Amino acid sequence: MYEGIVQDLIDELGRLPGVGPKSAQRIAFHLLSAEPAEVRKLVHAISEVKEKIRFCEVCANVTEDALCRICRDPRRDPSVICVVEEAKDVVAVERTREFRGRYHVLGGAISPIEGIGPDDLRVRELMTRLSDGAVTEIILATDPNLEGEATATYLARLIKPLGLKVTRPASGLPVGGDLEYADEVTLGRAFEGRRLLDV
Amino acid sequence: MSTYRDTGIVLRTQKLGEADRIITLLTRRHGRIRAVAKGVRRTSSRIGARLEPFAHVDVQCYSGRSLDIAQQIETIDAFGGKLSRDYARWTAGQAMLEAAERFTENEHDPALAQFQLLLGGLRVLAETERDPVMVLDAFLVRSLSIAGYAPSFSDCAGCGATGPHRFFTIPGGGASCADCRPPACAAPGAETLSLLGALLSGDWESAETSAPRARREASGLVAAYLQWHLERGLRSLRHVERDLPAPTQSA
Ligand SMILES: [Zn+2]
Ligand SMILES: [Zn+2]
Repeated sequence: MYEGIVQDLIDELGRLPGVGPKSAQRIAFHLLSAEPAEVRKLVHAISEVKEKIRFCEVCANVTEDALCRICRDPRRDPSVICVVEEAKDVVAVERTREFRGRYHVLGGAISPIEGIGPDDLRVRELMTRLSDGAVTEIILATDPNLEGEATATYLARLIKPLGLKVTRPASGLPVGGDLEYADEVTLGRAFEGRRLLDV
Repeated sequence: MSTYRDTGIVLRTQKLGEADRIITLLTRRHGRIRAVAKGVRRTSSRIGARLEPFAHVDVQCYSGRSLDIAQQIETIDAFGGKLSRDYARWTAGQAMLEAAERFTENEHDPALAQFQLLLGGLRVLAETERDPVMVLDAFLVRSLSIAGYAPSFSDCAGCGATGPHRFFTIPGGGASCADCRPPACAAPGAETLSLLGALLSGDWESAETSAPRARREASGLVAAYLQWHLERGLRSLRHVERDLPAPTQSA
């Protein structure tokens, strides 16, 4: 244990995802010995993000404006929506350059054991987007693990009665992984080979 | 460093660091354990799928400094894939996993009966057409019974007078005769109490004949009884899909 504010910094850093106590300590001491200007740049970047970044009113992707870059782009196909769990998954799918439609960020996956049901996600917003008839295909690109699969099952059953084509990225994604870790070649192939969901 | 080999069912997984997971397992011989599985979230990992909830696995663990490390994982039954394609079964299964965790209070305390009950329950849930909510309720009343809270669904829980009785008291342990009943108590339908008795004893033939109304009332009593004994109820219970026909399955 260190004293006072040094320990406070280590504790705060240790709360970040993927940062264990060892790394938190390493980062803290790196910051202590860094140039003040460098540290100010980091502090500025963090507070800028918190002040300026919000969630797209349509798809909940991160953006600095009311609408995200993709929802504003008239060249993006409005008839296909790719549903993902998190905004970072939008980045992963964009990297493949296979997808020219729009997105919908759910904000997680259904997880009853964690107390998260469909009402805790942006499911109602998705259904509202589908109600005007402009969308013809939904790609359910939730994570290739059980919660992602069950979330896709739930959504497919909800959406199917609207007469839309409902697909799910297919081959190559091993079950149990996180979408963000898939390399773009594998993920790209999964999009090309997406299968129709039959529920 | 000690190592042990056991079979277990994955109850829950949590992300750890960049690519690892902490796996909670209910094992046959070592009760509930928690162990780290390294690198399983990378999509290149082949064992990630084996360590998802509902998986019945054979695993070798060695004791680490704070948490055990799981390795050499082999799948025995992969119930999860089938369950995740049927929303009603998947939500019922989630409640079973959560209950199994809550009913095994201390890590490493042997819990063979609870393990066998969970394994049997998941098998019925994933491999038969039985109503998933009834499978869940049967699992819950039997878990209560293993934990020593067996409710009575026939004879009076107060004086032992031969049932059936009209009343049901949750704090009092179940069915109650008119003399023993506390001022505030439930008066469920006779069919509901006989359904609960059938679920406790595993009499599926008679349970299957029960009416939807009795099934709903039975689920309510089980949830209330569970809440009473577990202090806080199960988080997943309110997300269990009820009263909808299970969607027809396809490959
Ligand atoms: Zn947007
Ligand atoms: Zn009595």
